[in-house]
Amino acid sequence: MSPVIDIRNLSARTAVSPILRDVSLSVNAGEVMALVGESGAGKSTIAKAVLGILPTGIKVTGGNIIFEGTDLLVLSPPKLREMLGVRIALIPQDPLTSLNPARRIGNQLTDGLRLRAGMNRKQAFDKALSLLNDVHIREPERVLERYPHELSGGMRQRVLIAQAFSLNPHVVIADEPTTALDVTVQKQVLRLIRDMQREHKTTLLFVTHDLGVVAQICDRMTVLYGGKVLEQGVTAEILANPQSSYTRALLAASPRYDQPEQSLKPVPETLIAELKREIGA
Amino acid sequence: MLIDARNISLDVPDMGHQVLIGHRRRLRILTNVSIALKKGETVGLVGESGSGKTSLGRSLLRLYAPSEGQLFFDGQDITHASAAELKPLRRRMQMIFQDPQSSLNPRHTIGNILATALKLNGMDASEKSIAAVLDRVGLPSSTIRRYPHQLSGGQRQRVGIARAVAVKPELVVADEIVSGLDVSTQAQVLDLLRTLRDEMGLALVFISHDLSVVRYLCERVVIMRSGGIVEEGRTPDVFAHPRSEFTRTLIASIPLPEIRPGWLDETATSVEK
Repeated sequence: MSPVIDIRNLSARTAVSPILRDVSLSVNAGEVMALVGESGAGKSTIAKAVLGILPTGIKVTGGNIIFEGTDLLVLSPPKLREMLGVRIALIPQDPLTSLNPARRIGNQLTDGLRLRAGMNRKQAFDKALSLLNDVHIREPERVLERYPHELSGGMRQRVLIAQAFSLNPHVVIADEPTTALDVTVQKQVLRLIRDMQREHKTTLLFVTHDLGVVAQICDRMTVLYGGKVLEQGVTAEILANPQSSYTRALLAASPRYDQPEQSLKPVPETLIAELKREIGA
Repeated sequence: MLIDARNISLDVPDMGHQVLIGHRRRLRILTNVSIALKKGETVGLVGESGSGKTSLGRSLLRLYAPSEGQLFFDGQDITHASAAELKPLRRRMQMIFQDPQSSLNPRHTIGNILATALKLNGMDASEKSIAAVLDRVGLPSSTIRRYPHQLSGGQRQRVGIARAVAVKPELVVADEIVSGLDVSTQAQVLDLLRTLRDEMGLALVFISHDLSVVRYLCERVVIMRSGGIVEEGRTPDVFAHPRSEFTRTLIASIPLPEIRPGWLDETATSVEK
């Protein structure tokens, strides 16, 4: 099976320092791949590179991002725009800043359907209604009339999930989609993303810092530090038997309510120094 | 008891309610809450957003005046104490904020920020004593001349802790102070907090949405929902035998870093062993 997304030796940097160092990863059709790491690991940068929305200060200095046989990095901006939202979609982290505060949910949700799927207003609103049903929003007719600030965080995230899946994309990139949510809502939203992913057979790239979330939703995982891949493989195997000392250190630093007697071990300074040497920082 | 809140309630003006004339409707955000801490005790305040945990934390410091009930600090009734009456007590009760980025003045050096806290409380604000405070929270004395933006998130939070403990308080309210940090930094800050609490005999109110962190740090836990207390008790007991359905749901919603087939499909009200 050929991968849907195949990132080969991707490097990127700002004016002062490297951000991604020779990152390679491939995701097969229908698979859920986690990008895991702490701040500065480069996990969001990879997601943004795939979406073609890198901040102006960051330049790709080498490598390829092959999506279904096409290198996204050499694609012209109009061709790339044709792909984004339609074949590659995003579930963003912060549902409040990702929705236009001045427009009703219905108008925002139907934009893509009208512009990309060529639906008329009536068709698009009917489709939006069924999308909100799919993400288990009660009274969808009323929600279409609402403004973002009138919805709870969990509801807003559901709206964005509906939007991401609205054009049946082949790939969905979820960038810390539950970080801003309460745990009980997080569990519901994770279940929803998993259900939508299975139903649509979507390939999912899931960016997160939370190893607990990774364990519950991702088939495979890629552990990053300082823009470099440290470990990659099947989630169950890595969590049971991590090969990288950094992965082990991350697990040892995470408190677990079911193992209260275990003392927390901050990631050792010596390990950080060693990692920095290794990646050449 | 160092701090003792008895049946306090808190009302705020309901800004969602339009008024033309007369009084704005009041909204009750804390209802009949009682909580007490001895010296050296750590209590976790846990709840989801909007549960009232931050409001309760601030009420304990008398940053808000309770609408009903009574509040005692070290035996003294401070329910309706004036600002002047509270002033001598302020040094003894401190707060550490969630986001050090916004609670530290970006135009002041760290030395300046700590000196201000010390001077306001009539304490020695010499460079030597500031360096000692920094040392206490594991920061080098060179930090004195730094500005907040020159520090990492973890270092900034250490400064936030330094500012609170510099004046040798007896009660500290820490409001979500590790939620913006990476796990490796979080582990360091939690260790620091533990050490300081033990060395200084602090009564610590630790506000958090993260039950795993609370399980690690706090002897007692108070679970809040909709402005009221749902459950409280010794932390090991509450985790082993949660009495309320809500507590069970909260615990069952935490994803653990190990494969648990079917966990996502368990209904929110399931009970986990």
